[in-house]
Amino acid sequence: MIGIVEYGSGNVTAIANVLATSNTPHRRVSKPADLDAVDRLILPGVGAFDAVMQRLGESGLRDGLEKAVHVDAKPVLGICVGMQVLSSSSEEGSLPGLGWIPGRVKRIDETRLTSKPKLPHMGWNSIRLSGEPGLFQGIDLEHGFYFLHSFCFECESPESEIAFATYGNEFSVAVRNGNVYGVQFHPEKSHRNGTRLIANFAEL
Amino acid sequence: MLRPRIIPSLLMTEGRLVKTRNFKDPKYVGDPINAVRIFNEKEADELAVFDISATRNGQGPNFRLIEDIAAQCRMPLCYGGGISTAEEARRIIDFGVEKIAVNSAAFAQPSLVAEIATRVGAQSVVVVLDATEVGPGKYTAVSRESTFAKGTDIAAMAARFAGEGAGEIVINNIDRDGTMAGYDLALVRQVRDSIDLPITVLGGAGSLDDIRDLVATFGIIGAAAGSLFVLKGKLRAVLISYPRREEMRFGAG
Repeated sequence: MIGIVEYGSGNVTAIANVLATSNTPHRRVSKPADLDAVDRLILPGVGAFDAVMQRLGESGLRDGLEKAVHVDAKPVLGICVGMQVLSSSSEEGSLPGLGWIPGRVKRIDETRLTSKPKLPHMGWNSIRLSGEPGLFQGIDLEHGFYFLHSFCFECESPESEIAFATYGNEFSVAVRNGNVYGVQFHPEKSHRNGTRLIANFAEL
Repeated sequence: MLRPRIIPSLLMTEGRLVKTRNFKDPKYVGDPINAVRIFNEKEADELAVFDISATRNGQGPNFRLIEDIAAQCRMPLCYGGGISTAEEARRIIDFGVEKIAVNSAAFAQPSLVAEIATRVGAQSVVVVLDATEVGPGKYTAVSRESTFAKGTDIAAMAARFAGEGAGEIVINNIDRDGTMAGYDLALVRQVRDSIDLPITVLGGAGSLDDIRDLVATFGIIGAAAGSLFVLKGKLRAVLISYPRREEMRFGAG
């Protein structure tokens, strides 16, 4: 049973619809007691970093989530800003992140780019994996996923960065630290590839 | 590699989809939820929905309908129509809409763009410039609410909104709305050269060749179209369509 964390940010319904399409059992998690019934979690998130952290803080779910992820070792998948808040901090905001994957979210560095693309990074981009397919089993990497962001996650440990996209320069677009996963793109808005990725997460 | 975005652009009035010609003569083309489902099946790159009755009637966004559309939409969604405060924008983004588009309210008060960007992130703020040609090669943006923009050059307008923190500019050539006469590349160039943001072009696409021309000229860009994806043939029969992946492999860009 997958729990979609419902705290007022992100497309809970769209994610639920994708899970329904693939007949994956799921429910919304909006209070700590809901966490007991689920064995893995999806953490959506859209908008500004601080706004997302503030809503998480006000949700009353923080302690329950920490326990689910660190004590019960339930797999968690952060999406878009839900991925960025897995970090320790972000240049976009001043609030600390969850710190579940050590590293910092930075604005895509335009000075280091080999060609000068437009920001935000908006649209469908192909991706490259650094290792085993895992979460990306059966995915058309060339077709890729839908992106909409100006910031990217630089992990402290390079091993935490499991997939990359090239847009001007190469940056991480999927991260992992043990049972904690995050993707910068929107699987719930990436048609077949997105549905497959979420199905893969359900089967981890 | 990033690919160009091919974007069906749907016009809504009173909860129904319509297609206009020069923003007149609205033709009923169906139910928005049904259209979203069809574009899901066709795996459209992105979808734009503009409610043209929301501002005109002063009723603001139809939140319930937007929420329903967002829930059905398995592709990225941009919504525009009647948004006049940062709070309304946040509410729509929280439904899982990726981008919100502003037009009239931004012209009435350009700082609204900055306010919305602070609230939802610049990447989700789109400003739509309704462009019209006022002299040979000279364009201005028009808006009913406009006080400051009257007669201002389109490139200066785009730069102003980029400065306010917009994440994308949609250039809509209203002279070509529904004409299927091709995109106005000269207009696109003027805006493109003035800002450093992603651009989506709307107004005039009549065939996939028009989209290919746009991409061949400008590389990575958003190509939006209404008629092309909702009407078919000289009689403008309603038929929702979208190019297959293999039709959209661009050599350029």
